Amino acid sequence: MKKLATLGVMTAAGLSAGAVSAATLDDVMARGQLNCGVTTGLVGFAAPNANGEWDGFDVGVCRAVAAAVLGDPTAVEFVPTTGKTRFTALASGEIDLLARNTTWTFSRDVDLGFEFVGINYYDGQGFMVPKELGVSSAKELDGATVCIQTGTTTELNLADYFRKNNLDYEPVPIETNSEAQPLYLEGACDVYTTDSSGLAATRAAFENPGDHVILPEIISKEPLGPLVRHGDNEWGDVARWTLNALIAAEELGVTSANIDELASGTNSPEINRLLGTEGTLGDMLGLDADWAVRAIKAGGNYGELFEKNIGENTPIGLARGLNAQWTDGGLLYAPPFR
Amino acid sequence: MSSISDPPSGSFQLSMLINDTRYRSYTFQFVALLLLIMAFAYLGYNLISNLQAAGLNISYQFLGEPAGYDINQTLIPYTSQSTHWQASLVGVLNTLLVALLGCLMATIIGVVVGVLRLSNNWLVRQLMSVYVEIFRNVPVLIWILIIMAIFVAVLPQPRDFRGDDPEATMVLGAFAFTGRGFYSPAPIFGPLSGIVIAVFLASIAGIFALRSYAKKALFDRGQVIKTFWPSVAIFFLPTIIVYFVLGRPITLEYPALTGFNFQGGIFMRNSLISLWFALSIYTAAFIAENVRAGILAVSKGQTEAAASLGLRPGRIMNLVVLPQALRVIVPPLISQYLNLTKNSSLAIAVGYMDLTGTLGGITLNQTGRAIEAIFLLMLFYLAISLAISAIMNVYNNSVRLKER
Repeated sequence: MKKLATLGVMTAAGLSAGAVSAATLDDVMARGQLNCGVTTGLVGFAAPNANGEWDGFDVGVCRAVAAAVLGDPTAVEFVPTTGKTRFTALASGEIDLLARNTTWTFSRDVDLGFEFVGINYYDGQGFMVPKELGVSSAKELDGATVCIQTGTTTELNLADYFRKNNLDYEPVPIETNSEAQPLYLEGACDVYTTDSSGLAATRAAFENPGDHVILPEIISKEPLGPLVRHGDNEWGDVARWTLNALIAAEELGVTSANIDELASGTNSPEINRLLGTEGTLGDMLGLDADWAVRAIKAGGNYGELFEKNIGENTPIGLARGLNAQWTDGGLLYAPPFR
Repeated sequence: MSSISDPPSGSFQLSMLINDTRYRSYTFQFVALLLLIMAFAYLGYNLISNLQAAGLNISYQFLGEPAGYDINQTLIPYTSQSTHWQASLVGVLNTLLVALLGCLMATIIGVVVGVLRLSNNWLVRQLMSVYVEIFRNVPVLIWILIIMAIFVAVLPQPRDFRGDDPEATMVLGAFAFTGRGFYSPAPIFGPLSGIVIAVFLASIAGIFALRSYAKKALFDRGQVIKTFWPSVAIFFLPTIIVYFVLGRPITLEYPALTGFNFQGGIFMRNSLISLWFALSIYTAAFIAENVRAGILAVSKGQTEAAASLGLRPGRIMNLVVLPQALRVIVPPLISQYLNLTKNSSLAIAVGYMDLTGTLGGITLNQTGRAIEAIFLLMLFYLAISLAISAIMNVYNNSVRLKER
């Protein structure tokens, strides 16, 4: 009995023994590969494409960081994580960066010991129901069976929302998005709830997307962003400013098409600093001068990534909404490159 | 008598710890213990220093904080405002529920299949060996997923019960078998129902009294008293008579389709049923082999001796073979029960909120207290398993060979 209990402690201790060395940037460079945690498959955000290569909006962030640090956007080992395993994977050092529609919350940032490097998608939790149910508002969902991904903030939001509105419901906890789809489609649950971007992506993968509606209520704030381990500020800076570079590039009109031309020098000092023809920003990060050029070239700037993976011309069809640049009435606002 | 060792010398020397066989084993055990303690101390130190380096600590305060999430199947009162500790208890009870149901059903299926594997009928024998080989050689997680997938896909959903000409209807107007689970009527106990229940319990006691009287009569006087039909009568008649005399104090609440789901009655969720069923048929395949081994372990001479006394085959099995076979069957049966209980931690695959789903799943995730939650989880499973072992060992002692 005693032995059994202590064995477990040993496992726990063994796990953390392999963890957490401070200089992630050096580790990644020495390894020649970035270990990036993504979802187990959410079309548009992170999913293997027809050629078996990972593709998507979150994947784009991983590739940009790999390009900035290693000079090769394909030098990424994608580690699929579930809502449950993602934080352990990051804390234990199995992955260097987690880009997996993860909501930035106080307790994750402060208590779990992570550092969110920014927000790459402003989201909120929504509900999807089959059209035939004739439901037009989440307030009509009294008594419904709700499929929900376990280990996410949506679980807590859902409990709060139904309690606040004095509604009754039956939660059906599911581990991954792909497990939820058949249950929802077979009718084992009436409602599927997750971040509304995730709902749009899931619906796009259905045979008849038109048979399902996303209800108008958005019941929470879900700022999604990539995160790293707390306490390794150099690595956090690299991830943060790579994301900022993608956002700033869109604001400044730097795209993957015109970047080669702009990288030879322009008359805009901010673009020059971003692209490394002026100043020593790359040096300060511990990278070379072309880091941002490579990051932007990897998959394009923020706007290009958005349009290519989840934008209005894709099956997922998300509008920019809150995710437009601040100059267009959105919330994207990259700090100055100076 | 040539090899008498020297009488022990009076003085003790340090080298005797290695050279003297009387002390050597103690020396080695002491060294091994010391190494073990050092290994654990190193791991413990490593854990604590790494946690400190990451700015974390070990704390169980989260157990007192509100859980914030809902659980579908709760055997004790629970809301999203209850504490994480309460959520863990809900999980423990759900684990115990599925383990208890699973052990019962696995035992029944296992004994039947084990006996039938020794049947004289070739077809039955082969069918049973196919069952055993298929079910014990495919991982139980796969069975859980297969059964859940079939369950959800084959059975009609509540939406199929709707409309003027529904695709599915309720069985007898009282039972609904849907892909979300089974709904059946629930008893509602009126004011006088306590008397009915008391009469029912008394009649069960009566059946036991009848059986022990019959056994005594058989042993003392060799008189055979038939007990089957009297038992059936005692089981039903008094309760039914009292029930009607008191004016039917127990009524039934029928499930009815209102809104999104059936409401009312007893609801067994699809997750519970698939998990229960998968664990049962998987473990039953192992139990069947234990039962077969136990029966084969009873010497053939016993059967032949019983037959030569004029006992019929059914009585030979019940009175001679099974009591002896149980001595072989019960110890491995205990470990099958433990396996089933621990395998129930795969419940999250079908969304059944057992201990691993609440404490080791959502609570762990929302609080981020992985080490604390896993440690507590291990303690819970350890306690459950040891309790099962203890109970089964008591039973094992009662059936084992009495040495007088």
